[in-house]
Amino acid sequence: MKLSILSGGLQSSVQDRGRFGSRKFGVTAGGALDSAALRLCQLLVGNDESAAGIEIGGGRFTFRCENERLLAWQGGNVVATIAGEEIPARRTIRLIPNETVEIRASRPGRAWLALSGGIDVDVVLGSRSTDLAGGFGGANGRFLRDGDVLKLGTETIATKELRGQITQRQSDWSAPLFPLRKERLRVVPGKDWTDEAGSEMQRATFRVSVQSDRMGLRLEGHALSVGTGAGEQVSAPVAPGTVQVPPHGAPIILLADCQTIGGYPQIAHLASVDLADAAQLQPQDEVRLFCVALEDARGWLRKRERDIALFRSGLRARFGY
Amino acid sequence: MKISPLGDAALLLDFSREGSRAEEILQEVICAAQTLEAERIQGVVEVTPAFQTIGVYLDEQTASLPPEKSLPLLETAIRAAIRKRRSPTWRRRRRVEIPVCFDFELDLARVAERCALPPEKIIEKFLTAKFTVACIGFRPGFPYLRGLPKELRVPRLDSPRPRVPAGAVAFAGEHAGIYPLVSPGGWNVIGRTPQRLFDVTADPPALLAPLDQVRFRRITREEFGTQRE
Repeated sequence: MKLSILSGGLQSSVQDRGRFGSRKFGVTAGGALDSAALRLCQLLVGNDESAAGIEIGGGRFTFRCENERLLAWQGGNVVATIAGEEIPARRTIRLIPNETVEIRASRPGRAWLALSGGIDVDVVLGSRSTDLAGGFGGANGRFLRDGDVLKLGTETIATKELRGQITQRQSDWSAPLFPLRKERLRVVPGKDWTDEAGSEMQRATFRVSVQSDRMGLRLEGHALSVGTGAGEQVSAPVAPGTVQVPPHGAPIILLADCQTIGGYPQIAHLASVDLADAAQLQPQDEVRLFCVALEDARGWLRKRERDIALFRSGLRARFGY
Repeated sequence: MKISPLGDAALLLDFSREGSRAEEILQEVICAAQTLEAERIQGVVEVTPAFQTIGVYLDEQTASLPPEKSLPLLETAIRAAIRKRRSPTWRRRRRVEIPVCFDFELDLARVAERCALPPEKIIEKFLTAKFTVACIGFRPGFPYLRGLPKELRVPRLDSPRPRVPAGAVAFAGEHAGIYPLVSPGGWNVIGRTPQRLFDVTADPPALLAPLDQVRFRRITREEFGTQRE
């Protein structure tokens, strides 16, 4: 039942879909920066979509499972290999006991992986996600390190059915691909949007700063000179994807580990589906922001949810679980 | 009360209005938040109150429903729920006394100079003040406390400290606060409490909640030492 981490890579952590219900205590919702990617990986290995997996921040992540497991992974600019043999993303992969899996970013990029049974760390405040600010959840509230050993949970019936259908290394089925748009992020107006500030924001080309992390992407390269009509304000709730404009004018795109409330003007919010794109952005990447209608953003979310639901029910129908 | 989108997967309820005192608005916000939570509206994952606003976070299903179907229904449900004004089932307001030790270096001397008051006067004014919890946010269990005497209003630090000790009692602008855990912080720290403000094993995990009344009680360095786990 053990998962041994040989090298922890950069900023890797145990994450699930997020910690909901505790924002009112100042606890961030957190969870995988691309929760759709992790959900699909969980379905590929026969887990519930709310199971915990691992988010790999970059670098070289290698591990070994002591028994037979199913694996699925997804990410950008990432190559996964077992004994030098490349294993594809978005498919169900059979692991034999004790073989070493390596997931390596060819250039900095994030990836998510799921293992059958799920990562079995304690549930804290309803979730297995790692809360770095609070120092709890996941693997003791911190990034994974070389030498960490994690427990894997009990496999489901779905896992056993899926395994039975794979004769060699990988499945013939695959999860849907949601193509990334990366440098062109779509936003809807926020409460402090003004047409002037919004125009300036859309004309600008930003670069991701090295000061970026799971809490947010700091954008540099252009400081918004046109105020949103408000200086620092009474703090109000924010969400992952909220685009804040601090006094110095360089926007911040909040991500999963963002704080629960914020006092900076909120000029816009990323379309939820574009959080997956934001999750792949690395320091020095260029970013442009484009305003779209709220109904379009919700429509893309609807399509994505429908595709995930179809994939889920497709697997069930095909394999009878 | 205005309802507007907070991105495509959440709503913002805005209770701010001209002519009302901050305390009145806060009461309304907290009552509404507690009522909404108790109501368990389909599709609402959680409800987060702030000073004048409430964030209502939706699940992906609900957020992605065609707007003609979902938004009007949701708004109607939210407004109807709030009108009910059910008595809070969340928790009753508490009076809490927080022990604080002022015998640490930190920012007391600097604040005293800034306010043109001796340090002991700063402490005296802080200890006699009656605070109300306005909001829990920024960090797990971090309370924004209203009621800081006017004479103690100083701006936050020019550059935040990368590391404020756990239990740091601080203030900036209109609010006082307590950092439950080690974190970066830009407020002026005048003391420390051994009191735990956040415990994931407790229910609820945060010691304080909006509308709780808070006062501070002075303790010695020795008492601070023995009270800390």
